[in-house]
Amino acid sequence: MFPELNNLLNITPDRAEQGKLTLLCDAKTDGSFLVHHFLSFYLKANCKVCFVALIQSFSHYNIVGQKLGVSLTSARERGQLVFLEGLKSSVDVFFQANEEPHPLQFLREANPGNLQPLFEFVREALKPEENGEAAWRCPVLLVDDLSLLLSLGVGAVAVLDFVHYCRATVCWELKGNMVVLVHDSGDAEDEENDILLNGLSHQSHLILRTEGLATGFCRDVHGQLRILWRRPSQPTAPRDRSLTYQYKIQDKSVSFFAKGMSPAVL
Amino acid sequence: MAAAATCGTGAGSTASVASAASKSKVTSFQRRGPRASGTDSGGLRLVSIAGTRPSVRNGQLLVSTGLPALDQLLGRFGTKNWDKYNIYSPLLFKYFLAEGIISGHTLLVASAKEDPADILQELPAPLLDDNCKKELDEDVCNHKTPESNVKMKIAWRYQLLPKMEIGPVSSSRFGHYYDISKRIPQELIEASNWHGFFLPEKRSSPLKVESCSLTHGYLKLLQFIQNIIYEEGFDGSNPQKKKKNILRIGIQNLGSPLWGDDICCTENCDNSHSLTKFLYLLRGLLRTSLSACIITMPTHLIQNKAIIARVTNLSDTVVGLESFIGSERETNPLYKDYHGLIHIRQIPRLNNLICDESDVKDLAFKLKRKLFTIELCLLGFKTTFFLLLWPRQLFFSCLTLFPYLFQHLEAACISWLMVSSFILKTSSVRLSPSYVAIALVLCSASHFCF
Repeated sequence: MFPELNNLLNITPDRAEQGKLTLLCDAKTDGSFLVHHFLSFYLKANCKVCFVALIQSFSHYNIVGQKLGVSLTSARERGQLVFLEGLKSSVDVFFQANEEPHPLQFLREANPGNLQPLFEFVREALKPEENGEAAWRCPVLLVDDLSLLLSLGVGAVAVLDFVHYCRATVCWELKGNMVVLVHDSGDAEDEENDILLNGLSHQSHLILRTEGLATGFCRDVHGQLRILWRRPSQPTAPRDRSLTYQYKIQDKSVSFFAKGMSPAVL
Repeated sequence: MAAAATCGTGAGSTASVASAASKSKVTSFQRRGPRASGTDSGGLRLVSIAGTRPSVRNGQLLVSTGLPALDQLLGRFGTKNWDKYNIYSPLLFKYFLAEGIISGHTLLVASAKEDPADILQELPAPLLDDNCKKELDEDVCNHKTPESNVKMKIAWRYQLLPKMEIGPVSSSRFGHYYDISKRIPQELIEASNWHGFFLPEKRSSPLKVESCSLTHGYLKLLQFIQNIIYEEGFDGSNPQKKKKNILRIGIQNLGSPLWGDDICCTENCDNSHSLTKFLYLLRGLLRTSLSACIITMPTHLIQNKAIIARVTNLSDTVVGLESFIGSERETNPLYKDYHGLIHIRQIPRLNNLICDESDVKDLAFKLKRKLFTIELCLLGFKTTFFLLLWPRQLFFSCLTLFPYLFQHLEAACISWLMVSSFILKTSSVRLSPSYVAIALVLCSASHFCF
């Protein structure tokens, strides 16, 4: 996790909030560093994490996680992390017709109706222990990324339904958190993606939006991060709080600074 | 259902359908050298494979694209590149395959238009000339100890010298130069191990997958690739195999109607997910094996911009080639030396938070008689350079003169500088002689470099 980002969001692993949906959104840049941040954050906060990793392999997250101070292999071994590796199992699922349902079995269908097997998988992974003892603090669902589901043939409405079911279970019933990543296609006129993004924006408590700089590439400032705190349950509440920072990604951390205050400029 | 595979070794073998059972991934890779800090993957040593280099940053194996200039710009090697009007991307495609042959990698060539055997015949010959040195802008990276190895795609060039060993397939160098005016020697092709996939030749047989969520062509190709990976052990399924090798996959014109896909025909197509699903499954295959893949796509034909965005998100590296043919830039004197622009649209961040993004964004390419070169768009450089030195009045008056001077007459350039410095000295602008001397040296240096 990035300590500077924790300060900006005003959270620490000790007192993580519960019942929140965080939306990570990137436009014209790569926002995956936020996924690594939240993954290591919740692992350090002693939460049980279910990670639906569709776009990258386990070793990718593991290697970056080690730079950030968590070991995904040991977390997986002790049961803290349930990892669904989309890439590895995709080909097997596609070519083999198994009787038992697999969370990714929508890959076999031409027009998948819903993501129910995936939801069942998440629910099974995060259900509390039978014996009543809470080994972990609160369950967390992490998805990287939801836009990919659209590319695989799932409709935007089906993805929104899936998120809704997960929210009901993870956030409300189990008092856990959810973090999802969606790409903003910008001017690519991807209607389904826009539907998904808008729908999620209205449901989220916290939106972290990374954007590339309007002026183009810069070596010292990799992009801009907009943080928006929302209260979806109180739509008439006073205006949501929002902050904007610029950031630079380094090998093991990310540094944030106010706009125009990059150390390279000062 | 058997797919007929054309092998370069001469024996046509039929590959049986792999049951694709999930195998336990016992990695036989072990690390060599002192451990870098922070990794505790239990002692992995890098296996040395011809034609590869371990990455400095994240311990991955790198393969070259065949164009050392592109290796350097990409930092990592790409899976996709696309080209408007489809004129120059076949060239990059051929460079990639030729590099595979020279390095002794196994090739898999897939095309719906041309017979793979014909494609291989047209590959460029490697340059064996010791004198051919191309000076491109370089960052020599410090070759630190490699970290734990993870399978997969890459490319990095850390050595500039194109000294070629005259020899057959087993060249241990990384990145070679090719002469596109000559064809690759026949014996090199025959000595290499390659598989071809030519879509019109594949029999249409009953499909095992229950619903055709993939276009027929993509499905057959995917099964073919999967078979090859499984049978030749690129996914580590056969640890007894003595020599590890890389599988280089080249897919030509993916997305064109010849593959049975209609994304190039209409904007709202029925199979809009076929291509992206195929790419995702291919990505899954590549991630779990020692392979690298280059795909060319005719994006000028794809009407739906959303699909292009999705394809970009599914790729590791995306390189766009914009040729000047047919556009108004062809007659623009600013671009008269170049044949097109190269846009590096995406660079992967594999196993890393950061990526090796090059500072240089204005890149153009030039197809000379023998070589395909990538250069900085020089005009931008020269313009800013002179803005720094000279007051605006002089600058604007001499703007038209400069490009020609630089290209043709070094002496005229130097004398021009001296005259200008004299003018500046006599006008009230303070410019110290040492500053001018430095400018002079920079001018000549830049002329030699570019």
